[in-house]
Amino acid sequence: MKSFKQIYKEATNKIQGIAAAPGIVIGKVYLFTKDKIEVTDGEITDFEEAKQNLHEAIKQSKKELNKVFAFAREKMGEERAAIFEAQMMILDDPILIETIEKRIEQEKKLPEYIVFDEISKYQDMMKHSTEPYIKERANDIEDIKNRIIRNLQKKRWQSKITHESIVVSNMLTPADTLLLSRSNVKGFVTDHGGLTSHAAIISRSLNIPAVVGTHNITKQVKENDIIIVDGFHGYVIINPTKEQLKFFTEKYEHHVQLQKGLEEFKDKPAVTTDGRVIKLYANVDVTGEIDLVITSGANGIGLYRTEQILEELSEFPTEEEQVKLYTNLSSRIYPNILTIRAFDIGGDKLRLFDYAESNPFLGLRGIRLLFENPVLFKTQIRAVLKASHNKNIQFMLPMISTMAEIKKAQSIINECKAELKKEKIPFDNHLKVGIMIEVPAAAVMTKEFAEEVDFISVGTNDLIQYLMAVDRGNDLVSDLYQEFSPAVIRTLKHIVTEGSIPGKEISFCGEMAADTLAIPLLIGLGYTSLSMSPSTIPYAKRIIRHLNYERTVKLAAECVNCINEKDIVNKLEKFFKDHNITRTRHII
Amino acid sequence: MIETKVEIKNKAGLHTRPAATIVKLASKYKCDFYLTKDGLHINGKSIIGVMTLAAEMGSEITLTFDGPDEKEAAEEIVDFFNRGFDEP
Repeated sequence: MKSFKQIYKEATNKIQGIAAAPGIVIGKVYLFTKDKIEVTDGEITDFEEAKQNLHEAIKQSKKELNKVFAFAREKMGEERAAIFEAQMMILDDPILIETIEKRIEQEKKLPEYIVFDEISKYQDMMKHSTEPYIKERANDIEDIKNRIIRNLQKKRWQSKITHESIVVSNMLTPADTLLLSRSNVKGFVTDHGGLTSHAAIISRSLNIPAVVGTHNITKQVKENDIIIVDGFHGYVIINPTKEQLKFFTEKYEHHVQLQKGLEEFKDKPAVTTDGRVIKLYANVDVTGEIDLVITSGANGIGLYRTEQILEELSEFPTEEEQVKLYTNLSSRIYPNILTIRAFDIGGDKLRLFDYAESNPFLGLRGIRLLFENPVLFKTQIRAVLKASHNKNIQFMLPMISTMAEIKKAQSIINECKAELKKEKIPFDNHLKVGIMIEVPAAAVMTKEFAEEVDFISVGTNDLIQYLMAVDRGNDLVSDLYQEFSPAVIRTLKHIVTEGSIPGKEISFCGEMAADTLAIPLLIGLGYTSLSMSPSTIPYAKRIIRHLNYERTVKLAAECVNCINEKDIVNKLEKFFKDHNITRTRHII
Repeated sequence: MIETKVEIKNKAGLHTRPAATIVKLASKYKCDFYLTKDGLHINGKSIIGVMTLAAEMGSEITLTFDGPDEKEAAEEIVDFFNRGFDEP
């Protein structure tokens, strides 16, 4: 049988991208375009159905706006708040809705077209006004128009996606990825985005094969083309030949067998040949993943990204809703630990605020945003405390960069504890509170920060982005997003050395832990607790059980002295070869 | 039917906040309510409509009320205009 290398060498119908989530899948292209709002004036036959779709889209738009509004109210000036209110009122505007309904019935066109045309009329009137402020108002209306249209189209998309579909898109937001994954999509391919884009992270956690950053796949395929997505090597084959189809079908079946084989590791500890025990935790994005966590044999949940709840609900969950979610997760995982990270909103994760920050990654995100929205923050803390009576929950704060932030967060947590005591509600009074080390400033201050908290956890996605000053989602510079840059490796060494204080746990929850190449290095540096997507845990366990700790220490010491990323990668690859350990991508 | 002319008295003119208030007041009543200015004839119960109306300080708008409770509606809405939308 040919090798992957040969197959790809001979293939003229391939596109290369970045292997974002492992697996092989063969299916039909579903083109998902949404970067530009494009409406079609398609004919409709069923007026009642169109009307119902319109009302559902308006309802969903209201829900979304409510979320934005609830959140932004405290922060905005009165005039900005009034614009939000006006947008809400537009969704209830009886004259507008009635006109749209009538036109759909008379003209028999898709609701999205009528909505576009009708609201655009008002915008044109505004644009022709002599008053500059009315001209600007046309832009405020643009948002509400697009929101309704988007929601109408989403309904149309969903109805066209089958369990056969591979979604091909320019780029995917976390919300899209979640929405689509719920429609049983088989795979994802995108033009843009890197290994750590949220689309990639979610695909990995849901075990859906994905290739991202192909630059132009959307231009190369048509709707219903057959494609093969190879999430191990980062290739997509368009309209495969018979030979290719046979090859990949066999590989696919082999992979299924292999995954079964990995199950044997489930109940075995992740321990090196010379007896060093490594704890493997799971990163959890969506609540549906918990079954995967349990079958993976994880030691617990090292990172529960709660901001995904917002994506799933498209609304801020109440205290009670959160208590229910957290209690459920902590009971399912008991007696293992559940690490809940406070809402890490901002940056690319959720654009809740109406006003644009010129540099959102350096702006109001993580703990900074939580301090600005004390109601949101306290609601979550209270929910975490209420759910903590099993004593297997710990709480983690994102984006910490100063000691003052740690102290302030602790004092807010104490306030919440005092409230619950007064209300006679039981909770874990010794709930461990830790911080993410993901801002370079925190990395530098690891020792003092670690002394102040119960545990620390290294988040490499942001740490690398801030250390290298590179936007991981921007493919123009994503080459500089180097996991194995000597600057990164030395920083990781600094953190583990400074943070090793008796009684305090240091864990590692960045996506880097999911890169099998990094595992010997991280262990050699001294990390004993790694958190990763549940689907990668068996692979990591397999590698760890082949490692000799003494040798990884030597390897790490050599890597720390390197000056180029290339030298480090070469050393790591040589290490795998010398010790006869095959990495995932080579075993299928 | 009641028809009456009102003048915009506040500095900022008929901006989004008073526009929203006018529509909210109008929706309490059964009668039809229209605003007319510069040839534009706008249904006063439609926020998107009222938002298209440019009216700076000193400009005049014609209000018409038509229906069973037109008197009460006119009273409340005209008063809101005359108070300069409770703004400076």
